[in-house]
Amino acid sequence: MTQAKGSPASPGPAGWSQYNLPDAQGHFGQFGGRFVAETLMHALDELEAVYRERMGDKGFQAQFKEELRSYVGRPTPLYHAERLSTELGGAQVYMKREDLNHTGAHKINSALGQALLAKHMGKRRIIAETGAGQHGVASATVAARLGLECVVYMGEEDVRRQSPNVYRMKLLGATVVPVTSGSKTLKDALNEAMRDWVTNVDHTHYIIGTVAGPHPYPMIVRDFQSVIGEETRAQCLDTLGRLPDTLVACVGGGSNALGLFYPFIRDESVRLVGVEAGGYGIASGQHAAPLSAGVPGVLHGNRTYLMEDEDGQIIATHSVSAGLDYPGVGPEHAFLKDAQRAEYVAVTDDDALAAFHHVTRKEGIISALETSHALAWILEHAPKLPKDHVIVVNLSGRGDKDIFTIAEREGISL
Amino acid sequence: MSRLATRFAARKAAGQKALVTYLVAGDPEPQATLPALRALAAGGADVIELGVPFSDPEAEGPDIQAGCERALRHGVKLRDVLAMAKAFRQENSETALVLMGYLNSVERMGYETFAEAAAEAGIDGLILVNLPPEEADALQRRLAARDLDLIFLLAPTTTEARARAILKRASGFAYYVSLKGTTGAGHIDPEDVATRLAPLRTMSDLPIAIGFGIRDGETAQRMAPLGDGVVVGSAIVRRMGTLSLEEQPAELEGFARSLREALDASC
Ligand SMILES: Cc1ncc(COP(=O)(O)O)c(C=O)c1O
Repeated sequence: MTQAKGSPASPGPAGWSQYNLPDAQGHFGQFGGRFVAETLMHALDELEAVYRERMGDKGFQAQFKEELRSYVGRPTPLYHAERLSTELGGAQVYMKREDLNHTGAHKINSALGQALLAKHMGKRRIIAETGAGQHGVASATVAARLGLECVVYMGEEDVRRQSPNVYRMKLLGATVVPVTSGSKTLKDALNEAMRDWVTNVDHTHYIIGTVAGPHPYPMIVRDFQSVIGEETRAQCLDTLGRLPDTLVACVGGGSNALGLFYPFIRDESVRLVGVEAGGYGIASGQHAAPLSAGVPGVLHGNRTYLMEDEDGQIIATHSVSAGLDYPGVGPEHAFLKDAQRAEYVAVTDDDALAAFHHVTRKEGIISALETSHALAWILEHAPKLPKDHVIVVNLSGRGDKDIFTIAEREGISL
Repeated sequence: MSRLATRFAARKAAGQKALVTYLVAGDPEPQATLPALRALAAGGADVIELGVPFSDPEAEGPDIQAGCERALRHGVKLRDVLAMAKAFRQENSETALVLMGYLNSVERMGYETFAEAAAEAGIDGLILVNLPPEEADALQRRLAARDLDLIFLLAPTTTEARARAILKRASGFAYYVSLKGTTGAGHIDPEDVATRLAPLRTMSDLPIAIGFGIRDGETAQRMAPLGDGVVVGSAIVRRMGTLSLEEQPAELEGFARSLREALDASC
């Protein structure tokens, strides 16, 4: 694009070992930034200032760590999926068990961190958008834990697809607002949350659920989620005596992937693979894979790869998994793709579902449909890799929320 | 002087306030727009903001969201909006015309191509709700090269230092967002607007139009003395959504005239 600012994607003159983005304005190369209504600019400045202050504050860090330990249940195990590895006959598959977190997914790492920030900013109300409902549940949970009011925006279509999570949020005392505009999914929930935030910005903090949105959100969510990669790194060094060879994670907005990848970006020997939702296949046009088949554009506060038409209108996405059904992706992933530090591929609904069933039977782990996309990549690629190759997959969430969707697809009514 | 500056200056010289009106291009159908533009101009609009329909209008309230959806159902594209503007400009050289929308529409067309096409269509300025000055350099340069104004917004949450910086680089006019909320919200507070606008008015000579939440003659009249003009949008879009193609022009002209009279009565 002619208007693209900055240099082509590169980690800077010092190379990946010195990788240190975003810049002061929140840019990852040409991606990221802060594209919001003027009313929100001050709130973003304030959030960034509070965040930087708290990250340098030992007391806050200790509080966050302790909550992660005693409330969330961290560290999560790094589990060697031996039966699966033996069956595949190639690489050794390790699973970073984010599904074992309180509330069943990685989302709580960032929801907790952000809710603590909200408390420190004196905000008494939090809002969140949710697709699969995991981020909504995580936000409702930490709101209950910290005594904050919580409102969750959720596309009407997702309310239907993820009804168990809707009820969980209500049990936790949150208000769930079904969003009926646009495509009635995650992107529309984000629009509606932004509208709420602009109206109630004085006393409300918006807990964005992934590494997207205006600066500083992509940075904040990444940093809070980085506990995943930091633990993985230490666990690998501890048990294997070395770094893993390949990291794999599904990519919706990209928070579980970046949480795993980020502490390894500087280690160029580690291959990073992000798996997008291929829906009915890239060729069908019905998917949610902007990195695989999108173009750079501006939506929801940042410049990133988007699924849009030739007029710049955001187009409808499709994925069997509500948590991946989003037309954009975090700007840092857009940068890592262009800089060729990470690779991004797409897995279809059918392959994800097959992987879901396969891993459930083989390892006794019912994974989320989102996560199953990453597992499908492993089923295909692990057999081709040598036996001493170590793959770590982010087992980003458990699949209890998805059993109704899966039963429905198989014609079973529960 | 640009058409925008001329219109604001003429009202000021006459001791009056400018009337800025908004409608979504192609809403509820493409044929509605040109007659609606004529009607608003005939009713006394100094500036017309022509909304570029976008799939994800995150700063809009329900009325303008619905307007965007109606236009998009007819497949209205940025190129079509430019053509509508051009058709209007060919018969009207007085009323200032501003495109208002979201950055992605312009980004997709390409800044250079857009600036060229907008100038060619006789457009006077551009408001992009989600383009703060920090990110606007590249586009503003291309617009300025063709004497097109990039209009920035000021909000109740804008700090004084920020407002100063924004006003310094703004041209045409500045758009003061009168409340924390989306377009068409119902909680406008004249006292709050008065308090916040006073310091802004001392920072620059640039005209300031007040918008968001002004829906009738009464609210227009209350807000008018606080700035150089008022913006009315959702109230027009709501009418476009309920009236037939035949009813729209007369209704819109009458509504614009009632706003114009209210403004004149306020001074
Ligand atoms: C279990 C799980 N994994 C992955 C995702 C996708 O989000 P992200 O790409 O931000 O990790 C979700 C989102 O709802 C999720 O619930």
